[in-house]
Amino acid sequence: MEKTINITLKIWRQKGPQAKGAFESYQLSNISTDSSFLEMLDVLNEKLVSEKKEPVVFDHDCREGICGMCSLYINGHPHGPDEDVTTCQLHMRKFKDGETITIEPWRSRAFPVIKDLMVDRSAYDKIMQAGGFISISTGGVPDANAIPISKEKADEAMDAASCIGCGACAAACKNGSAMLFVAAKVSQLALLPQGKIEAARRAKAMVSKMDELGFGNCTNTGACEAECPKNVSISHIARLNREFLVAKLKD
Amino acid sequence: MTQINSKIPEGKLAEKWNNYKASQKLVNPANKRRLDVIVVGTGLAGASAAASLGELGFNVLNFCIQDSPRRAHSIAAQGGINAAKNYTNDGDSVYRLFYDTIKGGDYRAREANVYRLAEVSNCIIDQCVAQGVPFAREYGGLLDNRSFGGAQVSRTFYAKGQTGQQLLLGAYSALSRQVGKGSVKLYTRYEMMDVVVVDGKARGIIARNLRTGRLERFFGHAVVIATGGYGNTFFLSTNAMGSNGSAAIQAYKKGAYFANPCYAQIHPTCIPVHGEFQSKLTLMSESLRNDGRIWTPKKKEDAEAIRAGKLKPTQIAEDDRDYYLERRYPAFGNLVPRDVASRAAKERCDAGYGVGTTGLAVYLDFSEAINRLGRDVVEARYGNLFQMYYKIVDENPYETPMMIYPAIHYTMGGIWVDYECMTSVEGLFAIGEANFSDHGANRLGASALMQGLADGYFVLPFTIQNYLADEIRTPRMSTEKEEFVEAENSVQSKIQKLMSIKGNRSVDSIHKDLGHVMWNFVGMGRTKESLEKALEEIKQIKKEFWSNVFIPGESEDLNTELEKALRVADFIEIGYLMAKDALHREESCGGHFREEYQTEEGEAKRQDDKFSYVACWKYEGEDKEPSLLKEPLVYESIHVQQRNYK
Repeated sequence: MEKTINITLKIWRQKGPQAKGAFESYQLSNISTDSSFLEMLDVLNEKLVSEKKEPVVFDHDCREGICGMCSLYINGHPHGPDEDVTTCQLHMRKFKDGETITIEPWRSRAFPVIKDLMVDRSAYDKIMQAGGFISISTGGVPDANAIPISKEKADEAMDAASCIGCGACAAACKNGSAMLFVAAKVSQLALLPQGKIEAARRAKAMVSKMDELGFGNCTNTGACEAECPKNVSISHIARLNREFLVAKLKD
Repeated sequence: MTQINSKIPEGKLAEKWNNYKASQKLVNPANKRRLDVIVVGTGLAGASAAASLGELGFNVLNFCIQDSPRRAHSIAAQGGINAAKNYTNDGDSVYRLFYDTIKGGDYRAREANVYRLAEVSNCIIDQCVAQGVPFAREYGGLLDNRSFGGAQVSRTFYAKGQTGQQLLLGAYSALSRQVGKGSVKLYTRYEMMDVVVVDGKARGIIARNLRTGRLERFFGHAVVIATGGYGNTFFLSTNAMGSNGSAAIQAYKKGAYFANPCYAQIHPTCIPVHGEFQSKLTLMSESLRNDGRIWTPKKKEDAEAIRAGKLKPTQIAEDDRDYYLERRYPAFGNLVPRDVASRAAKERCDAGYGVGTTGLAVYLDFSEAINRLGRDVVEARYGNLFQMYYKIVDENPYETPMMIYPAIHYTMGGIWVDYECMTSVEGLFAIGEANFSDHGANRLGASALMQGLADGYFVLPFTIQNYLADEIRTPRMSTEKEEFVEAENSVQSKIQKLMSIKGNRSVDSIHKDLGHVMWNFVGMGRTKESLEKALEEIKQIKKEFWSNVFIPGESEDLNTELEKALRVADFIEIGYLMAKDALHREESCGGHFREEYQTEEGEAKRQDDKFSYVACWKYEGEDKEPSLLKEPLVYESIHVQQRNYK
């Protein structure tokens, strides 16, 4: 049967990139525990609009845990307290009646706040543009079955490729490092024969772009892996380091 | 009367695309650099087109509403992508894929386009593998395939239950490479607001910078719309929250025909609706129907007891379960096409056999597959989908059957295009789900990814050159030109009008009203009465919207309510077109089911003598009824018959 709870929200409000932000508190009652976290925020926003106030701005799109658009630091965790989910997959059944829930944007140097809970993650796109690809153009490629790839390698590449680019890893990291994000892409492509050819060059280009954009260094705290909604493993960081070392040795 | 020219090349079906390529005009490398192409959208179609055009040397401007091209909703496609590789040696061929697609679309698609789609399908798989897309493989190292609805062969390539994600990330990688090289300029968090037409040709767009709220003008020698479908007209759908039909409506109002708007796909396997606060519906991949069996209780009293919470599905004996798809369609069983499966679920629920608290759900059961294959194999195939279901519903599908119900998923209708993917406005192209072209009245599973990438990688990069070859003498235009200024002014006044209403209704509340009308009257079963009622109600909703909506904040600022309002204004127009088209099409075909037109067994009954055409709706002005143009569908290579999956 449907259960409902009453909650208090402490939400970061910030008018714009340069504005000074602050927490504001809101009360919500009769929230169905079957509703998702973002549906709860929809209820809040409907209430604010009905009071002729501006709604809370947050990023979201697919609402099924795959686009990577939703973010939010909820009670001190990126994507909230549940494991292996994005914020949009988090449900209110994970919260208690009477609970106070604190909601903040990603707080990381390379992800500046745009408004309220929305941040600018274009740095991730820039890292991809620096080298997150295999340098081939459309057409003129061999038959898909021309190069066999072992199932183990293909599966491992798939696990790395499941990264959704949400930024939780960098947001969770005390150094603000994007190593897990970069490693996932470097690892995916290095595992496949098609991508192996330029693996070293790719690693170097992506890491130096990451450094340039103000992300911090990796000190192996493992917070990124713990908070990653897609369970991307830090073993990929080891592979990235290998590729990076190879590249440096060649220099 | 205006004649529709679909520009289908001469020759036998299998030779048309080759003939076209042999005789089309091309643009030389030096001239490509001088030509600007605007691509709106970064999904499979948009990203692959932008990347490919950039590689060719065109100067590309690529827009998306999200913070990154990788967010486009193609990313959510789960099951797979079709291709006629015949790696499984089970009888597949280009012709078979073409035939299945035409038949799946209930003989309402253009033959030449579908054949071309099947022809280029194999190149897509090659391309994606070369990009590093980690498709599933066998132990021998070769690619694995699985089955999808509407086919008797296994031709679907997949990457776990995240095929759309992997294909999109492949296209996004290719796009990123071009952005890095400077051949594509990316505009994220920008929303197209209008097409600019100069002397009858599309020459640019007006876009709203969503971060600042300011309008900006962009010139292009050609404009490509790759903005996806309009399923969110129904408010609740499997589309992303931002998916919208506004670019299509802007094109329509500038002279592009809107084709077959009533063809909307209702996907049979979605997580059922559970409350009024619900914001979207989540799809459970069609691939689940490979191993899951769909059933409802045989006895009404069992169904009632389940709804009251007195019985659990696992307590229903095997003999008391009605595997209605296997019963009705023994040849295809649980793998009938989506429209057939959806209607069958509705039929069971309407007859009182539905389960779940609302009675609007059926079971998708894996117990037999788990017994046959073992839990590990089932987990390897569908693990992420089972986890997704568990997180949403809080029930473990390894132990109890999933509950599913149909939901709006995809729109086969869209902007009318000719064989070259050009709309009825010169220089304005539409690709992917945004156009109407390849799926007829029903799309088969794993064919959307195929079409999006076919258009973007292998069709548009050819056909757009045939147009641009004549534009090499057209210099870049100043966006101070009168037509640009006028277009911006009209968008500006529309925004000011919306902001000034200051009524009492939120955008979402009106959108929900529209969604209810659409689902109840323009949904899975349509009648003359329901559609006439829908038209009346949508007119009322339009009035309510334009007189009573409330949008807080400023227009020249990041304003999410204004963004939604602009989209809902267009959904209202689309809803009206859908109902109007559905009312005029007095037959049932594919996803369009008019209850007056069905066979004795309750199957869709077409009226080929009257409706074997593409319905093209032409905009005639504000508050005027659109006019109807017809593109006849001529089948030269196949025998048109009633679809049979029994």
